Amino acid sequence: MRRFFRRLIRNRIGFIGFVLCIVVLTAAAFAPRLATHDPLRQSIRERLQGPSAAHYLGTDNFGRDVYSRVLHGYRISLTTALGAVVLATLAGGAAGLAAAYAGGWVDRVIMRLMDILLAFPIILLAIGVLAVLGPGSVNTGLAIGIVYTPIFARLARGPALTVLSWDYVAAARALGAGAPRIVVRHVLPNIAAPLMVQVTLSLSTAILVEASLSFLGLGTQPPTPSLGLMLSDSRDFLLLSPWTSVFSGLAILLASFGFNLFGDGLRDLLDPALRNAAA
Amino acid sequence: MTGYVVRRLLDLVFVLFGVSVLVFLMLRLIPGDAVMIMLGANTDITPDRVEALRRSLGLHLPLHEQYWQWLTGVLRGDLGRSIWTGRPVLDEIVARLPVTLQITGLALATAIVASFPIGVLSASLRGGTADTVVRIVAILGLTLPSFWVGVLMLYFASTYLPQWPTIGYVPFASDPWGNLSRMVLPVIAVALPMIAGLSRILRSSLLDVLSLDYIRTGRAKGLARRTLLYKHALRNAMIPVVTVIGVQVGYLLSGVVVIEQVFAIPGLGRLVIGGISERNYPLVQGVILVVTAVFVFVNLLVDLAYAWIDPRVEYA
Repeated sequence: MRRFFRRLIRNRIGFIGFVLCIVVLTAAAFAPRLATHDPLRQSIRERLQGPSAAHYLGTDNFGRDVYSRVLHGYRISLTTALGAVVLATLAGGAAGLAAAYAGGWVDRVIMRLMDILLAFPIILLAIGVLAVLGPGSVNTGLAIGIVYTPIFARLARGPALTVLSWDYVAAARALGAGAPRIVVRHVLPNIAAPLMVQVTLSLSTAILVEASLSFLGLGTQPPTPSLGLMLSDSRDFLLLSPWTSVFSGLAILLASFGFNLFGDGLRDLLDPALRNAAA
Repeated sequence: MTGYVVRRLLDLVFVLFGVSVLVFLMLRLIPGDAVMIMLGANTDITPDRVEALRRSLGLHLPLHEQYWQWLTGVLRGDLGRSIWTGRPVLDEIVARLPVTLQITGLALATAIVASFPIGVLSASLRGGTADTVVRIVAILGLTLPSFWVGVLMLYFASTYLPQWPTIGYVPFASDPWGNLSRMVLPVIAVALPMIAGLSRILRSSLLDVLSLDYIRTGRAKGLARRTLLYKHALRNAMIPVVTVIGVQVGYLLSGVVVIEQVFAIPGLGRLVIGGISERNYPLVQGVILVVTAVFVFVNLLVDLAYAWIDPRVEYA
């Protein structure tokens, strides 16, 4: 673990990403403490202000403090994105491992189902799921989770097939190890690295998808502060005061950018093929 | 190659069948009574109206008969009727499809054209710091929310170029200049992440190719740098770029759906979002089905183009 961190610091991209992720996660986790105002409190007299000492990022059309709303928005965005990716990792990972282990028709049926899900453009599948479930942040998490499931299924299946063909798995089987033991003890540790990288990169894109869906009005519902919705609402007074648009979008970018950089750095660190090439 | 084409076509039929089942099930999976939910916003619902809508959607039949009825309708071009306007869903889609295809097509072309010089240029920046900077910029481009870029461009255009027509849409046939000038901003907004993605792939594959033996041979026999780069290296370096274009079109379509809201462009994105807010499910189903079918075909074309460009692709 220590060696890992030392290498992370030396990998500049990964390190910048790591720092950004920590900043964003801290903002989300401690939003109630870091916020200077109640994110829902309106103050008509203080509408549409630019950044100031009283309101770091200015105020919106209801006089609500944008800085406090961004912090609370991070909570919703990151929780939703994280929930979606965890769901996709568990469901997709399980499906991919089951397909690899069972082989034959089970493999074919599972992977064909995944192909069908992959056939939809991301946002349309999410919109379809939300049309069925209704809008809201929990349903958005579910929708993004479903959309991302096939990515993880494919990612888990490929390397799992390779590992399952190795001799030591045959040896474990000969010693009487059952399917759960082989998958958990022998296959999982071998596919953990690419899975970790994909989880981080997927978080980056899930943040963007969540923001898009909220922007379209299908995600988090008002008055709960959400970054996509803030950006969408701020368009109505864009020419009067562009600050809310600038900062809510910048907040989305910062989070997505951070996780993507971190994932990119992780790939350098965890991919043994690249690591040897670099060494 | 023929065998490969046939197999890909069979795959396509299967995937489209699966897509049709999922889209069909959408309406049936809605918790509660879909008909009542659809009519919910209306005050003048009579039991007759409810029954009529139920019958026109075929909801009184057993599930497999419903699917059969729906599918044969779809294959004949009958996607049902918009429950509010009563117009055939297909007509609504056909009216909007060219708009969305135009933005998507222009953005795709822009991204491909722009990523070449950027990819080649960034490949010439190599080594420690340059590598890091190029990668960071590429990732920044990839994660740019296009709807945010759109909103910012809208602000700057209205502030500094007040004459520039920024929002709305006019058909190309009636006013070519008006059409194209309104396309500029949304196209840039959705193309940016794709430009970043494509040039990043082009850069890394170009660097791989340039380190190969045949390039060194070319240099040794005295080929000009330009010839070597453009005639020998770039063609091989393009292959990985072509393979990802199919996937990228999916992201592009997603971006277009959202950007249509920013610039008030009456395309399929606005149609589907409007359909959801008024619970016009046949319309929503129709748009999802048609756009996904287009996307699946584009992917098939990209795969075939790839197999045609790269003779090493195995068809087995």
